[in-house]
This record gives sequence, C-alpha cells and structure tokens, in this order.
Amino acid sequence: MITELGHFALILAFMVAIVQMVVPMVGAAKRWPGWMAVAEPAALLQFILTAFSFAALTWAFVTSDFSLRLVVMNSHSLKPMLYKIAGTWGNHEGSMLLWVLIVTLFGAAAAVFGGNLPPTLKARVLAVQSSIAVAFFAFILWTSNPFLRLAVPPFDGQDLNPLLQDPGLAFHPPFLYLGYVGLSMAYSFAVAALIEGRVDAAWARWVRPWTLAAWIFLTVGIALGSWWAYYELGWGGFWFWDPVENASFMPWLFAAALLHSAIVVEKREALKSWTILLAILAFGFSLIGTFIVRSGVITSVHAFANDPERGIFILMILAFFTGGALTLYAARSHVLEAKGVFGVISRESALVANNVLLAVSSLVVFVGTMWPLVAEMAFDRKLSVGPPFFDMAFSPFMVVLGAILPVGAMLPWKRGTLGRTLYALRYALVLAVALGVLAWAMQTGRSGLGPVALMLGSWVVFGSLVDLAARTGRGTFNERLGRLTRLPRADWGKAVAHAGLGVTIFAVAGLTAWQQEDIRVAQLGEPYTVGDYRLTLEEVNREQGPNYLATVGTVDLQAKGRSIATLYPEKRVYPVANMPTTEAAIDYRFLRDVYVVIGDPQAGGGWVMRVYIKPLANWIWGGALLMALGGLLSLTDRRFRVAAGARRAPAAAGLPAE
Amino acid sequence: MKRLLLVLFLALAPVASPVLAVQPDEMLSDPALEARARDISKGLRCLVCRNESIDESHASLARDLRLLVRERLTAGDSDTEVVDFIVARYGEYVLLQPTGQGANWILWAAGPAMFVLAAGMGLMFLRGRQRASGGEPDRLSAEEQARLDDILKG
Repeated sequence: MITELGHFALILAFMVAIVQMVVPMVGAAKRWPGWMAVAEPAALLQFILTAFSFAALTWAFVTSDFSLRLVVMNSHSLKPMLYKIAGTWGNHEGSMLLWVLIVTLFGAAAAVFGGNLPPTLKARVLAVQSSIAVAFFAFILWTSNPFLRLAVPPFDGQDLNPLLQDPGLAFHPPFLYLGYVGLSMAYSFAVAALIEGRVDAAWARWVRPWTLAAWIFLTVGIALGSWWAYYELGWGGFWFWDPVENASFMPWLFAAALLHSAIVVEKREALKSWTILLAILAFGFSLIGTFIVRSGVITSVHAFANDPERGIFILMILAFFTGGALTLYAARSHVLEAKGVFGVISRESALVANNVLLAVSSLVVFVGTMWPLVAEMAFDRKLSVGPPFFDMAFSPFMVVLGAILPVGAMLPWKRGTLGRTLYALRYALVLAVALGVLAWAMQTGRSGLGPVALMLGSWVVFGSLVDLAARTGRGTFNERLGRLTRLPRADWGKAVAHAGLGVTIFAVAGLTAWQQEDIRVAQLGEPYTVGDYRLTLEEVNREQGPNYLATVGTVDLQAKGRSIATLYPEKRVYPVANMPTTEAAIDYRFLRDVYVVIGDPQAGGGWVMRVYIKPLANWIWGGALLMALGGLLSLTDRRFRVAAGARRAPAAAGLPAE
Repeated sequence: MKRLLLVLFLALAPVASPVLAVQPDEMLSDPALEARARDISKGLRCLVCRNESIDESHASLARDLRLLVRERLTAGDSDTEVVDFIVARYGEYVLLQPTGQGANWILWAAGPAMFVLAAGMGLMFLRGRQRASGGEPDRLSAEEQARLDDILKG
C-alpha cells in the first residue's frame, strides 16, 4: 500500500512539475503576478511529494518488502539496517529517484530562500528548475520505475553488492548528487538571466551561494568516494581516472571555475557572458556524468547497444538542456554588456587564467574519457586511455594553477604590479623553495616528484597565509591580530580553501613518490621489517559476521622496538552475493598510514601479506576537507547572510529592492 | 556511485578465486628485474577488469599476464620488447597509455591545443579590457565643468 502511495506521489509530483514549468514562465513573460506566484507553492509541493515517494521506497527497503523487484535485486533480510537504507540509492532506479529528489530539494530551497529575488527572475528560475525535474520524472516513470512489483515475491533478496556495504560508500552518493544536481541551480539562474536579458552584480551574488553549496557537496562526495576506494579496494589507490570518477571530477572543475568567475561578475561586472556559459557547461557536464554512469556506454559500447533505452533518454535530456541553453546563449548573450575595465596584471586577469586552466583541464579529462568510444566508433580501434595518460595530460595544468595561485590571489583588482605582489610573497617563496631543497636532500635516489610537489604545495599554503596576513593591514601585532579575527568570512574561506588545495597537491605527489610496498609470505609469529616498522602476524582466525564469513589476521606493528598498534586485516566472503572482499587494516597517523592486507594461506605454511607505508595519505582527504571548509566559511559570509536576513524581515527596513 | 560500475561488473563477472594482485610466488628473485616487471605491469590493462592494471588486478587472467611479462623479462627481452609482445597478442587495448599512432594524435594534441586556444582568447579579451581602460574617461559635461571650476575657485 505504501509502495502504491509512493508511486502515486511520484506521478503527482510529475504533474506539479509540469505546471510549475509552464505557468510561472508564462506569468513572467506576461507580468501576471498570480501566475508567477504559482512557482513557490508548486516547488514546495513538488519537493514534499517526491520526498514522500522516496520515503516510501526507503520504507520498502527497510522492511525488506520482497514483492518489489528493486528490493529483491538489491537487498537481503540479513543485511545491516544502515545498508538496507543505503540500498535505496545503491541501484539505478533508486539513485535516479534520489537525483530528482535533490532537484526538487534545490527548487524548494530556492523558493524558500529566494525572497529577495525580483519576482520575474524568481518565477523563471523555478520554472527552469522544474523543467529539469520534469525530464527526470519522465525518465524514472518511463524507463526506470523503482516501484514495480513482482507477481511472485521470492523469500529473500539477492543482496546489495558487498563492496557497497560500507559506511563511506553509503553516504557517498547523496553528497555527490547534492553536488551534481546543485549545479542545476546555477544552470536555472543562467537560463533565467538569459531569458530576462539581465546579468548584474546582484545576479552573481544570488548565484554564488548555490554554486558554492554544490561545489562543497561535490568536494565532500568525491573525497568520500576516494577515501572508500583507498581503504576498501585493497591496494590503497585513491584515484583511478575511471570514467565514473571522471564523471564527477569534470563538473567539480567547472564548478570551481564558475565560483571564481562569479566573483568577477559580483565585484566588477565583467566576465558576465563567460560566467553564464560556465554555468550552462557545469550543469551540462553533470548531465554528461549522469549519462556516462547510467548508460554504461563507456564500459562497453555493446552493453549500450543492447539496452539503449535509458542511455538514449538521458542523451536526449542532455541534448535538450545543454543544446537549448547554448542556443539561447548564442541568441541572447550579446545583451550582456561587458563592464569593468582592468589591466593585464590584475586580479581579474588572474581569475581569467584560473578559468582557462580549470576549464581546459576539465575538457582534457573529457576528451580522455570519451576517446576510447570515439576511437572505436570512428576509427574502429579498441584502445584504452588509462591513468598514465591522465597523469601526463592533466597534471601540468594543476602545476601551473598552483604556481600562479598565490600571486593571483593577492593581486589587487583593476591594476597591479607583479613586483609588489611577489615582494609581499617573498617569505612564502623562500620557505617553499627551502622545503623543496630539504626534501630533495633528505631523499636519496628517488624521483624529483616529491620535492617539487612539496615546494608547490607549501608555496600555495604559505601564500594563502601571507594573503590572510596582508588583509589585516598595517599596525602593531595586536592590532593586526584583532583585525584578523574580524576579517570577513569570505577572506578566511578563500585562504582555507586555497591552503586545502596546496595540502592536497603535496599529499597526492608525496604519497605517489614516497610510498613503500612489501609483498611476502608471512609465517605465523615470525617478525619481519618494512621500512622503519616491524610486523608480526600473530594469529589468523575465522569469524562470522552478520552476512559474511571472515578470515581475520592479528598483526602486531612495532616501531623503534615498541608496539604501536595491533591491526586486524580481514578477508570476507559474502555467501549470498558469492563475492570476496578485502578489508585492509590501517594504522592511521598524522604523517603516514601503515596499510596491511592479508591474502591467501600458502601450501607451505604462512599467509600472503601486503604491507604499504603510505606517507601523507590522510592529507589528501584533509586537504579536500579544508577546501570544503573554506567553501563553507565563504558561504556563511555576511553578505550572503545579510541578504537572507533582509528576506526574513522585509518590513524592518526600507531596503532598496536590489 | 563512483566505482559502482566496476563493482557491478565485478559482481556480474564470474568470480575468480580471491587471489590478491601480485603474489609472492610470482615475484622474480632479481630485484632489478622485478622492479622492471612491476613498472611494465602498471601500464598494462587487465582485459577482463574495468580500468585496472594487471599489477592491481585480482583476476586470474591478470596473473597470467604478469607471469608472461616476467617470463619475457627473464628471457632477456627489453621493456619495449615485452610490451610489443603483449600488444601483438592482445591488441592495443591492453595499453593503459595510448600510443600516439594514427588518429591518437588528436587525443594527445587536444590538451595543448585547447590550452593555446583558450589562453589566446583569454589574452585577447584582456587586451580588449585594457584598451577600454586606456581610453579617456567620460568628459565632464559643461555644467559639471562649471561646477568643478566653481568649487576649485572657492
């Protein structure tokens, strides 16, 4: 019964979305306030209906209702509760329902928090947002309906894929989707502005928080996924340049570019047309990502050809929204008059350079991801484009970006001089070079990657500190310290996010350059040495988990003759899914992880053991978290909060409308 | 969701016995040769996996390939000879780093070309903005000029 109600709510939400797409759009064109006002309650209603529908599906998973096809395919009565819930979005149909739920969530949020928007712009934004929802409601209802029943329900389900039964992955898709889909808001604002024919500083100020929020969610989502891959897949890799990863990385890069170009629109009213284009492209790449993941076209052209229905549908959605918006852009972008004049050496130029680098690097990832497909269709060549290509083709852009970032971040608006900015950064530069040289001297006979990355990363980190210090102006130490605490949160956000990037750059390269690996057959009770550590496999036991069987090793880890940790690497077999997984045991420390994996028993006694010493591993995600934290600080900046406050108390002051 | 396809693929593929990647019994006793083998393995794709090198893969086919690489190396092949041997057998699909041959130049040139194009467009835009800044600011109207003169006089 609840399932049917959920299905019904989904259809109702589809109807509401159609109304919300049409009525406010017409109302805005004709200046009919009543028609425009439909958008707000419709957005809320649409969200409530979709949320109910999603809750109904979750309920079916929680109660293990095996009359639902989807639940049978992806759940099992013995599965822990967390994964029953996570199972709701751990499959195609459920994840698409989550997708559209988030579209409507953002629509509802815009309806609630968008009180200070001009009524026509607000009506158009909500109508465009709803048109996206309409497309995906149709996609779900016609090609991926999660509410289909089975005539003969089986006694138990086929279980969720064991690799997905992990807390890191349980929350990874919601974050990623909040990011992906959050970019739809920037898209809706861009299209609404094109229809309106007006982009100004106020527009940029409205768009920026939504983009920022989407970018924060994407950052956290990608970091969670990468962390999951690190500890779950059993060899401690954290990024694979897999098409599915690239699908989330491309929108992230575009969102980062959009964030920065929106600043120029907000502060200087320049780069308007480019910012609109970026907003369209950012969401376009979200849709491309959805297409890549959902159609299976990259995994195998043949899988796509055998079951093209879903893929073609998403391709049509992609073509309509990107193509439509770009056509509108071509027709209307000339009305966006460029203002703001500035010299070649200026903050504006630095942000243009940032945009060039981020956009091109994202397109490089795109070309690399799509190339196997193009090569097969156009040249009949079956080839692979793997990590070595991306490392080579992508990294240079990040190196240049890191090198110019501290300078660009400190250049004044309008016109600056390189000399003065570099002079302000002299200590950061000297310190970064010194650290690089030190690392070079301390390591022997390894690649230059580590030292160079240390130099680059610390240059970015120290550069952000110098930037922050420079914002406090002149005066005694105490005066400046006082001012530091009162700096706008946007300044703090900028410094923290940039420092986070520096940390991540350094960590990625440091881990790659300085990792140590040891593979051997370990005998019970016989200690052996890896790097500075002594490991002893003390015992191996069989254990029974809720829905798996495990082989658990007990490993004593010693450093400098002292036992610092006992690790329990596991090997699991999930009988229902008939699938083995490895659960690495990791001793997390600030400067390094010791990563231990147990393998198979050997005929001659002993067990295969793999041990990795991974320096700076935590710093990768620490850097990503810093970036997200920086975004969060910036999001809570006074200028956004004040705008929100003005909405809550409209009678309080005679504020100008814009 | 990220590795979902990998995961689905693994789940659907007939599950090989749970061997880990490189096994101790595969490794060559000569560390220099073994290091070369590892390097080569990292650039070769496991054919039945999704975007994994044979060095990382748990599949039995990857193990066969790893053994083949080591066999060729022990037989005295150079690194390129080993790779050529494997490519001749399995096609260029095994190469994780695509060659520059044929139409692949488009792939390799795409990044630099797009960068040059984008940087050029960016520079042209900046030059335009700068020229705009070099132009005279709007002249004062006669009325404003008169008022300014008045103030300066006063």
